[in-house]
Amino acid sequence: MQRTTVIDRDFIEARAALLDVAAFLDRLDRAEGDDDFRATALRAATALLDDGHPDRVRRLLEHFSDPTTTLLDHAPSQGAAGAYDPASSV
Amino acid sequence: MYIEPHIHMVVRTIDDYTALAHAGCVAVTEPAFWAGYDRATPQAFADYFDQLTLHEPKRAAGFGIDHYCWLCINPKEAEDPGFAREVIELIPPLLERPNVLGIGEIGLNKNSKNEMLILEAQLELAADHDQLVLVHTPHLEDKLKGTRLIMDAIKRNGRLSPERVLIDHMEEHTIGEVLDRGFWAGMTLYPYTKCNPTRAVDIVECFGQERMWFNSSGDWGVSDPMAVPKFMMELRRRGHDAATVQRMTLDNPKAFLGQCPKFSADGF
Repeated sequence: MQRTTVIDRDFIEARAALLDVAAFLDRLDRAEGDDDFRATALRAATALLDDGHPDRVRRLLEHFSDPTTTLLDHAPSQGAAGAYDPASSV
Repeated sequence: MYIEPHIHMVVRTIDDYTALAHAGCVAVTEPAFWAGYDRATPQAFADYFDQLTLHEPKRAAGFGIDHYCWLCINPKEAEDPGFAREVIELIPPLLERPNVLGIGEIGLNKNSKNEMLILEAQLELAADHDQLVLVHTPHLEDKLKGTRLIMDAIKRNGRLSPERVLIDHMEEHTIGEVLDRGFWAGMTLYPYTKCNPTRAVDIVECFGQERMWFNSSGDWGVSDPMAVPKFMMELRRRGHDAATVQRMTLDNPKAFLGQCPKFSADGF
């Protein structure tokens, strides 16, 4: 498939998704207080979007993932945050 | 014509059954899952299992849809192992019911030691009764670690063949290892979390068409029972032929589910 075919088909949706990310970061700027681990992880993730390497989705998902390998003594909650909190393993 | 292999119809409406039927859904399979709150007694699970095995098939039949299910205690309610073991004891006699395909959706949620104990107990249950297994993998940041821990637990069990286990809620960072280790992989198509119809087609294009199925996992949360038809539309929009659409949404689910003799693919 030609790259122009993909661009013709998917550019507008990708543009809209990127604008949503930018709007979220602008919203954070207008809000008071500091970033938490989720916002920090998201800002770092944006650097992966066009770093010249392939498999961006896989690498983004790995970036947000818990890198530890051992079972927790107890489940701290029932939910998930969307990004790994480095403080959770301290 | 397609199969919706993972959807929680007990919390969906008649409008959803109508939409599924209009879209060409001929069969659904419904894993036992978390109700959004922790049930107070094992009897609450007994009632839920009756709903899955006795009542819901009749509701589905009203729309010409075959209803199958999977039984288990889910990992979110596995943090109290004593309670969970009482629920597990309810399951063996129910495995004989005609719409029960196996044990599921078992797995991990926060990757805790107690969750692992109950996962291992239910893997034993599946092996003891020669059941198919449907695996739930953790959400978001817990998925990669949990998926690897689950695959290791299945390997430790030693009595379950990977081709009789489907590991669900896969994404781009987990599907490769799951397929490489011989398991089936499921992609759940959600509005925000897990996979979505567009990325699911990318996965077909990058990982092939073997040992994978696609589902909506429609439940009481933010989810879309029409996600599989949207995936089918995206396949067609990108130029994939009718045979590919059928393979991903009908033939592949039939191949996995057909390993249980109770699954009837007659007529579709």
